[in-house]
Amino acid sequence: MYIIIIGGGRVGYYLSKALLSEGHEILVIEKTPGICEAINDELGTVCLRGDGCEVSTLAEAGVGRADMLVAVTADDEDNLVACQLAKHKFKVPRTIARIGNPKNGELFKKLGIDVTISSTNIILEHITEEVPTHSMTHLMEIRDRGLEIVEVRMSANSASVGKAVKDLSLPSGSMLFLIVRKAQKPIVPTPTTILMVGDQVIAVTAPESEQALRTALRGE
Amino acid sequence: MKVVIMGCGRVGARLAGQLDASGHSVTVLDVDSYSFRRLPPGYKGKTLVGNGIDMESLKKAGIESGEVFVAVTQGDNRNIMAAQIAKHIFNVPKVICRIYDPLRQELYQTLGLEAISPTTIFTDVLKKRVES
Repeated sequence: MYIIIIGGGRVGYYLSKALLSEGHEILVIEKTPGICEAINDELGTVCLRGDGCEVSTLAEAGVGRADMLVAVTADDEDNLVACQLAKHKFKVPRTIARIGNPKNGELFKKLGIDVTISSTNIILEHITEEVPTHSMTHLMEIRDRGLEIVEVRMSANSASVGKAVKDLSLPSGSMLFLIVRKAQKPIVPTPTTILMVGDQVIAVTAPESEQALRTALRGE
Repeated sequence: MKVVIMGCGRVGARLAGQLDASGHSVTVLDVDSYSFRRLPPGYKGKTLVGNGIDMESLKKAGIESGEVFVAVTQGDNRNIMAAQIAKHIFNVPKVICRIYDPLRQELYQTLGLEAISPTTIFTDVLKKRVES
């Protein structure tokens, strides 16, 4: 694939390196001459000096034949405009924007950006994963389907411990599909599987059923 | 009319002063409170320190009941993003933004933003003067 990366900072640099090693054709667009030179010295001539929000720079970069444009500068507004130009002016099939403010996710989606990635949200998710008081962890969002994959940990006082899956009052939008149990192979739950303390229950759910799922499993 | 202006530079401050003098209810938003020194002495409107691409700041500036939103910061992309938030999230009836870059101005105009490029306008003025 031909992938254009806007922004040659830390994220842009490591992203390019990883994508290059996977065999993709990469072009990084970076404003700062020093950063641009450093990237070209290290990764081969893959960096074009310029403003990724300028139509002329994008044209020079051959954005018209790009399969994907990824905007990873530190500024949400620059990432938005780079993606919108790529989308509307150059008809790039897929645009991905990094966002600093998690609240911008909804806006960007509304404005036609295909994927947004919030580093703030990702870090937050990892933190909640480490904090035992948070019994439910978001593992993944299934984009455009309105579903998410969550993990619920069973503790001694969880309501569903000792119960069979069929006896749980799961919300209609939720389904358990994997149980990870200590020192065992992961189990695909059947209606008769009994939940135990320490189980990591992986479920797919609609976001609005999340609370009901938590109540069904943990009694919270 | 209730007007929210983002960016209190020369244009923002001047516009705020004139609209205020004409009896409109004006709120000016800027990331730097020092910018408000540009407002004329008799300015009776509101000032608010905040970033116009942050929805919370826009709410504080009263965008939800605003009738006009004007984005005139120095950054084209900031203006573009703020204008799109005002238009698509808060449904402000009239949204105007400044985009220096003529190519970006053209594109966003076709995408439905009321965008003005001072570069294009001033070039036209100069060309006429040169040729007259």
